[in-house]
Amino acid sequence: MALNWFRFAAPSAFYPLAGRAIPIFWWLTVIPLVIGLVWGFFMTPDQLGGTNAQKEYYRIIFIHVPTAWMSMWLYVVMAGWAAVGLVFKTRLSFMMANAIAPTGAVFTFLALWTGAFWGRPSWGTYWDWDPRLTAELILFFLYIGYIALHSAIDDTRRADRAAALLAIVGLVMVPVIFWSVNCPDPNQCAALHQRSDLTRMEGNILFSMLTITFAFWMYSFATTLMRLRSLILERESAAGASWVETTLGKEGAS
Amino acid sequence: MFRVFWCILHRDLTLALRRRTDVLTTLFFFIIVVSLFPLGVGTEKETLQTLGPGVVWVAALLASMLALERLFAADYEDGTLEQMLLAAQPLSLVVLAKITAHWLLTGLPLVLIAPLAGMQYHLTGESILVMMGALLVGTPVLSLIGAIGAALTLGVRGGGILLSLLILPLYVPVLVYGSGAVEISRIDFSATGPYFALLASFLLVALTFAPLASSAALKISLE
Repeated sequence: MALNWFRFAAPSAFYPLAGRAIPIFWWLTVIPLVIGLVWGFFMTPDQLGGTNAQKEYYRIIFIHVPTAWMSMWLYVVMAGWAAVGLVFKTRLSFMMANAIAPTGAVFTFLALWTGAFWGRPSWGTYWDWDPRLTAELILFFLYIGYIALHSAIDDTRRADRAAALLAIVGLVMVPVIFWSVNCPDPNQCAALHQRSDLTRMEGNILFSMLTITFAFWMYSFATTLMRLRSLILERESAAGASWVETTLGKEGAS
Repeated sequence: MFRVFWCILHRDLTLALRRRTDVLTTLFFFIIVVSLFPLGVGTEKETLQTLGPGVVWVAALLASMLALERLFAADYEDGTLEQMLLAAQPLSLVVLAKITAHWLLTGLPLVLIAPLAGMQYHLTGESILVMMGALLVGTPVLSLIGAIGAALTLGVRGGGILLSLLILPLYVPVLVYGSGAVEISRIDFSATGPYFALLASFLLVALTFAPLASSAALKISLE
């Protein structure tokens, strides 16, 4: 049996599939999120560290680290779909990249926002021009640039491809952000931000953090697919595809 | 292959020198921005020495970015760009020639005028030398990266503002290490080596990939 890899590359075929997948992803979001938050609030120590203790406020980690991870990961995924779109010229890949961008931007903003509120009690400042903070801010600008370029060009085809190219060019910044904190010699780079080391974390904290990361990941799937479905409908009906009306008619009737 | 490079370079330089105001506007923009800062932040020698490298670099960034709009716009309007796309020679070579011309007209004058800006900010002779060197390595990177943005926003409404939004975040590494080199030269002249090495590596990477990316962007914009 020959597998048809491109079957779901057709927006009309993917639309119902996405519709069925969205509730699953919402459940996969809500359940781990509740578990992770409850575990994070009640099963973890109240205080961390020795001389410079992190008190209750270290729990920001449960939002901060997952959002920061997702902000970088979603950019990679977005650029990946953009590249697939440029190579195979599939409309759906561009729509996918398009649908990911707002979620990624929101996660980036949240990472910066929660970081500021964590920085205030522990470093005594909301913002510092530390390499990682700055790099995350640049990532936020990259998302905004992608969205702005796409919305500035009226011709959807050109907008898709131009924004895709921009996303791929911006990809050079992601490794910079990822490694900006773990520079080889800590004396060489003045970074306020802690070095990340999962192995040194307390087990309960690590568990809640990873659970919430999973929840946020599934949340990205859910929101992206929802946005994707609207994009499919919008573009396909603008292109005059007849299946849109029949599908919507069926959904309305049931 | 190289004939087409020289041909385009020669043509762009000739065209620009027939309309000198365009080149001079960029230069004067740079000078004005640099001269405005001391009026805003006060004229104490210490403040100026600290601010100087950063201000000069930011001004260079803005000047180079403002000039970017012209990189492809005129050729796009009169249809020359489409002919270049159809030519048998690789488009990235044509683009590289145009970028080189652009740098010679906007980047190089900034490098040459930089000592003047350095003196305005009471920088020492050594620092000025480092600043010129850093600008010499750094401004081509600005032109190269900027060309991608210029190609992407070709003929788009509100292109100028959009261009800054797309390109300025990508300029950040150059800004950081460019002004970092000048900053560090005030403390230890011999410590500037790594900064130059990084700037040069940015230049090499940009030189390799930017012409390809901008020619891809041009093809997207013109189809």
